[in-house]
Amino acid sequence: MPGQAAELVFDEATKRYEGRDGAAVERLSLTVAAGEICVLVGPSGGGKTTALRLVNRLIELTSGDIRIDGTSVREQNLVQLRRGIGYVIQQVGLFPHMTIEANIGTVPRLYGRPRSWIHTRSQELLDLVGLDQSYATRYPAQLSGGERQRVGLARALAGNPPLMLMDEPFGAIDPIVRARLQDEFLRLQKEVRKTVVFVTHDIDEAIKIGDRIAILRTGGHLAQFDTPRAILEKPADDFVAAFVGRDRALKALALHTLAELELGPPADGPRIPRTSTVRDALALAIEKHAQVLAVTDGDAVVGSVTRDALLS
Amino acid sequence: MKTFINAFRFMADNPHLLLTKTGEHLELSGAALGIALVLALPIGLWLGHLHRGLFVAASVSNVGRALPSLVLIAFGLTILGVGFWNNTAALVVLAIPPILTNAYFAIDTVDRDAVEAARGMGMTGRQVLLQVELPLGLPFVLAGIRIAAIFVIATATIAAVAGGGGLGQIIVNQASYGLSGVVAASLWVSALAFLAAFILSVIRRAASPRPVPLP
Repeated sequence: MPGQAAELVFDEATKRYEGRDGAAVERLSLTVAAGEICVLVGPSGGGKTTALRLVNRLIELTSGDIRIDGTSVREQNLVQLRRGIGYVIQQVGLFPHMTIEANIGTVPRLYGRPRSWIHTRSQELLDLVGLDQSYATRYPAQLSGGERQRVGLARALAGNPPLMLMDEPFGAIDPIVRARLQDEFLRLQKEVRKTVVFVTHDIDEAIKIGDRIAILRTGGHLAQFDTPRAILEKPADDFVAAFVGRDRALKALALHTLAELELGPPADGPRIPRTSTVRDALALAIEKHAQVLAVTDGDAVVGSVTRDALLS
Repeated sequence: MKTFINAFRFMADNPHLLLTKTGEHLELSGAALGIALVLALPIGLWLGHLHRGLFVAASVSNVGRALPSLVLIAFGLTILGVGFWNNTAALVVLAIPPILTNAYFAIDTVDRDAVEAARGMGMTGRQVLLQVELPLGLPFVLAGIRIAAIFVIATATIAAVAGGGGLGQIIVNQASYGLSGVVAASLWVSALAFLAAFILSVIRRAASPRPVPLP
């Protein structure tokens, strides 16, 4: 079975449907470095899901190429290609007639792994996605939406694929559970270090999840491909600026933590850990009507920060 | 009321006759159902898998419902002559529509997300059909087979008019068996149809994907 992370290259990848004006994806070129999360984001009709499905050939390219570690997806056996790519979709698509363990074991089973191996692997993966091992014998209908999406993630990881495709994986989940799943996904990614292509229409999710963000506009044109910070601070054009929103300066605050600032001497004020984002610190200052916040590391106050310092 | 009592008396008095005719009846029904399954099931399942041939599935179903079996038997007489195969052919035509149509829609309507996930994970078309679509669609497939079985068992009675055996021979021959014989055989046919329906319902229940209960 595969392992590690792969580099993914879109090379002028184009998809046109016959009888329809314009392309769904138009000459998309971008490189996702091994172990990075690339978020495809954009309005509906931007072709982001199409671009994702071109990779595992659920949709076939019209022209151009997509290469995984240098090998064109066109040259690979369809079934082998897909088994080597983790795939997570919004509605999860768990098999309702199979137990959670059998669901997680789908790809290993296709590879002919023995039952005992699959059992051990699914227990590991349940741990990894934060579900109790007793879930192994349950059925999908007995799980909540958030739990099902965790199983979907475990199932996609089971074959240890070097590349993961995730199509709005948290899109159908309520905001609170969604934020928790995003955090856990980022923690998990630190452990497994896969190359991930992640589709969402939510710019906030893109900023939070992505190492790099590709913004697609209608017709499948790439409007900008850059780090979240660069996109917020230097949007390439009016479309990107409008898409990231008028509050992009506020959003950018979420990309910096207090640890990056020069702190003043310890002072009295509402307490906030130094690992917090500047955005959260500012929110606290506004909420408490405080001009100065006490910055903590563990229990100790290690410094202070003023509201003005946060705003600059 | 008296006729009913006499019918049961007829059953008690002629167990051998009824069992022989039941045997013939089931032989004919079984052959027809078996052939219909071999012909219609793979086609229905595969078309459903491809999400193509809605027209075929719907047309077969409508034509099948519109054609009276007696007419088919009359036509069959000119080609197949009198006897077992003519009747079987007519019953096969009767059994194909519910089997094919249900198989088609059973597979066609399986949860698209599960199928997409299965394809995306690298299952072959056959694996998708056998490991995901068929298990999930099975209750609906079996419902079609149950309908076909009831149709065939009930309709097999008219085989008697074209030289076939079975319980129909008693029903169309009041002169020999009397009204009590006719009623007895009719009740017997109904019981057979109910029994077949019951057995297939049990199988259908057992085949339902757990733990989702059937509607």
